Parts: sequence; C-alpha cells; structure tokens
Amino acid sequence: MRLAILDTGHAFWSKLLFAFIRTVSRQPTPEALKLVAYRPEFYGSRMKAVTHEAMRGTSAWSVGDRELMAAFVSSANESEYCTKAHTAVAALSDLDAAPLAEPLRATLRMLRKLTRENTVDVEDMRAVLAAGASREQVEDALAVAFAFNATNRLADALGFSVPGPKAFEVGAKFLLARGYR
Amino acid sequence: MSSVRALIDGLVASIREGDGQAPREQRCAAFANAGLTGPVRTLVDKVASRARDVHDEDIAAARASGSSEDQIFELVVCAAVGQAMRQYASARAALDATTRSE
Repeated sequence: MRLAILDTGHAFWSKLLFAFIRTVSRQPTPEALKLVAYRPEFYGSRMKAVTHEAMRGTSAWSVGDRELMAAFVSSANESEYCTKAHTAVAALSDLDAAPLAEPLRATLRMLRKLTRENTVDVEDMRAVLAAGASREQVEDALAVAFAFNATNRLADALGFSVPGPKAFEVGAKFLLARGYR
Repeated sequence: MSSVRALIDGLVASIREGDGQAPREQRCAAFANAGLTGPVRTLVDKVASRARDVHDEDIAAARASGSSEDQIFELVVCAAVGQAMRQYASARAALDATTRSE
C-alpha cells in the first residue's frame, strides 16, 4: 500500500477483525478489505453495497456470468490484483461452463470497449441487444463494470500488493460464500 | 438489481459532498478530473486515465505539496469513481438512445 493509513490506520474493531481473518485464513489481510475498511463511512460501506448489489443482487445474469464480467473488465484495465482475484472466483463458480452464450459474449465485447475507450455509442448497444441481451441485463452489466472500473483504478493507484495464488483461492471461497458485504 | 443506481448515487454524493478532510471543491475537481493544479493534478489524472502508471513518486509529490495521507486517499477515491461514473453515464446514454431512433 502506498498510503500507510491503509495498512495501519484502521479503527480498533477493524484491526481486531483483520487479526481474526489472518488467524483463520493463514493469509495476509486482503488489500481490498483494508481499502473498504478504512474510514468506511466515506467510501467503503457504500462501495461494498454497490458491489454486492451488482455482483449478487437479483439479475438475469448468473453469479458466474458476473464474476466473469468482473475478471474481464479487470483484465481490460490490466489490473493484476483484481484480475487474479476474480479469475479465481469465476473458475470456482463456473467450472462446468459451456462456451459463452451470445448475449454474454456480446456484453463482454461492449464492456471491453467501454473500459478501454471510456465510451460506447448507440451502435455498440444495438449490437448487444441484437445478440439477445435484455435492456435490464445491459444495465446490470454496466453496474458490474462501474464497480470494477473504480476498484481496478484504486488497486493500481494505491499499490495493492499481489499475494500468492493460495490467498486468492481463500478469498474466492469467501466471496462465493459471503459476497461483497 | 434495480436499486443499484440509487446506491451508486449515494456513493457519489458521499465522496463528493460528505464529510472529508480534503475541501469539497477539491474532491469535486478530482471527481471531474478538471480544475486542479500541481502534483495533485498529475496524480488524479493518472488515476483516471492510466492508474497502472501511478508510482510511489506521484504520492510522494502530492504529500510534499501539502496534502495529508487522508486527503490523498479521498482525492484518489474521487478520481477513480469519477472516471467509472463517466463511463457508466456514457453507456447508459447510449442504451437510452437505442429507443429513440432507428
């Protein structure tokens, strides 16, 4: 972490929680958790609510579809921490995945353009709708992209250190069981 | 997830207008990536445009120019969420436009 407050500046109860997590998981406290636990009334509590709703709220997309979108956006941003964190979740939740259905494929294509170029146009959206995604599905996918486009930037700018694969495996199990709350 | 828009609006309101250590005007400028000067401007623009290129030196320069760690935390959050919000708004406008013209 490039800001010492994000390593050591947390409130007492958060530090206690971190110690508990380190003991149970035998892994370092996840950097993503340290970010959202710091002064949570400013950013973290609200971002957790946004991310949980986007990733686990009611949607025609499956949890696996949305984890794939999160990994895909993170990959388009070349954000190493987030790509590794969410590739692990996508693999776990979707082991028997068939080749991508057309609505998901078209949606991922649109999200990649939005992530890389910061904008999409009406023709891009028509292509997604023509592939069979509903308007509601497009809106749901945009919420996933919002959460990860913000979080990817924070992971890179704040210097999240990238742990080994075991830490992401443990983290992925937690995200599947508990979500982002 | 029809409530997600309200949650996003609440997040944006909190980081721009809520209690913080950086002045509200500076947080709003970081959110918009416009109207800043000096090392803070460089840092905010990198977070918005190419976050992978942020280095320790960028944070150190912002600290040396007088910003505290808490202020930098807030401004970096505003820069990241602001860019994600512009993308989101662009995509929502494009989606809305599909119903207006053929």
